[in-house]
Amino acid sequence: MDLTTIVLILDSSVRLATPLLLACLAGLYSERSGIFDIGLEGKMLAGAFFAAAAAYWTGSAWLGLLAAIAASIVLALVHGFASITQRGNQIVSGVAINFLAAGMTALLGQAWFSQGGRTPQLGGDARFGAITLPGAEALRDVPVVGEIYYELISGHNLIVYVAFLMVPLTWWVLFRTRFGLRLRAVGQNPAAVDTAGVSVPFLRYRAVIICGVLTGVAGAYLAIAQSAGFIVNMSAGKGYIALAALIFAKWRPWPAMGACFLFGFLDAVSIRLQGANVPVIGEVPVQFMQALPYILTVILLAGFIGRAVPPKAGGIPYVKER
Amino acid sequence: MSAPFEKLPTWVEVGVIPLVNVVVAFLVAGLVVLFIGENPLEAVKILIWGALGFGEGVGFTLFYTTNFIFTGLAVAVAFHAGLFNIGGEGQAYLGGLGVAVAALALDRYVPWWVTLPVATAAAALFGAAWALIPAYLQAKRGSHIVITTIMFNFIASSLMVWLLVDHLSPVGSMQPETRTFEAGGTLPELGGLFHLFGADMGAAPANISIFVALAACVFVYYFIWRTKIGYEIRATGLNPTAAVYAGISTVKITIVTMLVSGGLAGLMALNPVMGDQQRLQIDFVQGAGFVGIAVALMGRAHPVGVVLAAFLFGMLYQGGAELAFDMPTISRDMIVVIQALVILFAGALEHMFRPGIGRAFALMSTSQRERVVAEEERP
Repeated sequence: MDLTTIVLILDSSVRLATPLLLACLAGLYSERSGIFDIGLEGKMLAGAFFAAAAAYWTGSAWLGLLAAIAASIVLALVHGFASITQRGNQIVSGVAINFLAAGMTALLGQAWFSQGGRTPQLGGDARFGAITLPGAEALRDVPVVGEIYYELISGHNLIVYVAFLMVPLTWWVLFRTRFGLRLRAVGQNPAAVDTAGVSVPFLRYRAVIICGVLTGVAGAYLAIAQSAGFIVNMSAGKGYIALAALIFAKWRPWPAMGACFLFGFLDAVSIRLQGANVPVIGEVPVQFMQALPYILTVILLAGFIGRAVPPKAGGIPYVKER
Repeated sequence: MSAPFEKLPTWVEVGVIPLVNVVVAFLVAGLVVLFIGENPLEAVKILIWGALGFGEGVGFTLFYTTNFIFTGLAVAVAFHAGLFNIGGEGQAYLGGLGVAVAALALDRYVPWWVTLPVATAAAALFGAAWALIPAYLQAKRGSHIVITTIMFNFIASSLMVWLLVDHLSPVGSMQPETRTFEAGGTLPELGGLFHLFGADMGAAPANISIFVALAACVFVYYFIWRTKIGYEIRATGLNPTAAVYAGISTVKITIVTMLVSGGLAGLMALNPVMGDQQRLQIDFVQGAGFVGIAVALMGRAHPVGVVLAAFLFGMLYQGGAELAFDMPTISRDMIVVIQALVILFAGALEHMFRPGIGRAFALMSTSQRERVVAEEERP
């Protein structure tokens, strides 16, 4: 395997890891505040649909992005209302949101566009195009460095860069700000935060809204950056993979990036390895590669490669004065 | 789960509150129809006629009902132990493998009534086996069962695609499916029964596995409410800490409950694989594992409730197909929306209307009313 092949695989790993990373960081905020969220998939799907629909009507990718974020926040608030205000079961609420998004996007897609749930193809300003970083063209012919800079680092769309910049930002917010400290505390011991005079519901609502914003961006990436329109069930389990990555990263931002990149890489390799013979092992079934993130997560959850301990108050509704 | 609410009489608790929740879910679904620009009442009329108005419709409704009874029971049994089995989809998929193995081995040599018990056992066994690993990981290693069962759904899907594409499809066939079963591997349809009532079932695939489903309901009732282990399961579900103090092994309860739950989900495969398609195909479960969640929530995890809820969802599935045909702006995805709303209102928001209903009820009972009246009359 030569350098070009490796660079191309890594390049597509970056593209495939981007929506996972955004959804994974979204889950990170929510779950660190003690609200489990298996509804990442649904929020991402809703974001993708409304991004495509709004971008089609307005012709602007930016308005598409805004619509995606708005739709995703609405679902996040439903989850917040059920799990914070109504003290409902967070898992059940997450499942409901996934179905609501799957049903609504297909239903509205059919009602509005009559193309079997798809949105019309988008082009031009309705999509986020590739950005060429300064000097990429000039460096293109320099061996190794030029190739890596031109192919791998430059030439992605805006959301890819935003996603990777979100990693240090999330780290800073969580571990260097007062809000982050309180957010982490409310996921470990909400009673202590309450005693300190900080509102547990308000903190959790803010975390859930941040989660909505990020899943909305992830959805917009799927529909108007990576592809040129919405197709039914386009998130295709990515929300669950992001959840797996979150567990794999043990609810920490930098490892989250590593896990998402790993899962993106596995995806890229499995597309490339279709039917190819790998030395020593022989032909690896594509299905095995596709299942690998889930298998790895189960093994991790079983505690065979380090332990993944979720935030202590996760999944438990907080009741003041009991 | 926390229940920081006042105690209400049983009939309000198991009757009025769930009914209100489900009614609200359907009202919101009606609003969605209105939003799309169609008439909800007209939609309901088409839906009910499509589900129950003619023989073939009833046949399809019963076919879907059978699926949902199995998966609904699977989720319900797990609920009693406080477990959330979201892996019905994968367990049913593996159950299909069990059915196919039994049918492929026997269909040429014995009649269907010999194959059926073997296939039933194999389906339950395979489904249970697929639930065993998440159960073990939850019980012994503390990994959350919701997450592991989700992962196992995806692993099951990959595993089955691999098996069907590379190993189970007949030589020379490009279709990812097994060969068609012979007569010994297919279940009789209910057409004869329909004729007794003077109805024609047409091409509907309803078959005798519905009786297996009803038998499973009776089994679940006895298992949960009439056996020692059922008592232990309910005790664990209500208060795990107290259960441990009472000498109940939560490890054992988790594993037994999930085995039964997975087995019930696996049985669902009898209906589509042996009853309808007569071969193992990709993605035959078609979300029934997830519908089971809505069915169990709506049926309050009781077999009678599960049968009623499964029938309602069976109607929705068949009637929804008719609806999509008659009102092209409403696609079949409307069912998924209704399913989501039922899960949301009957599950996650189950306590939302409780304070209001509690107040209304308090006003209805005389002693309370007298007190309220007395308070109002106080100067």
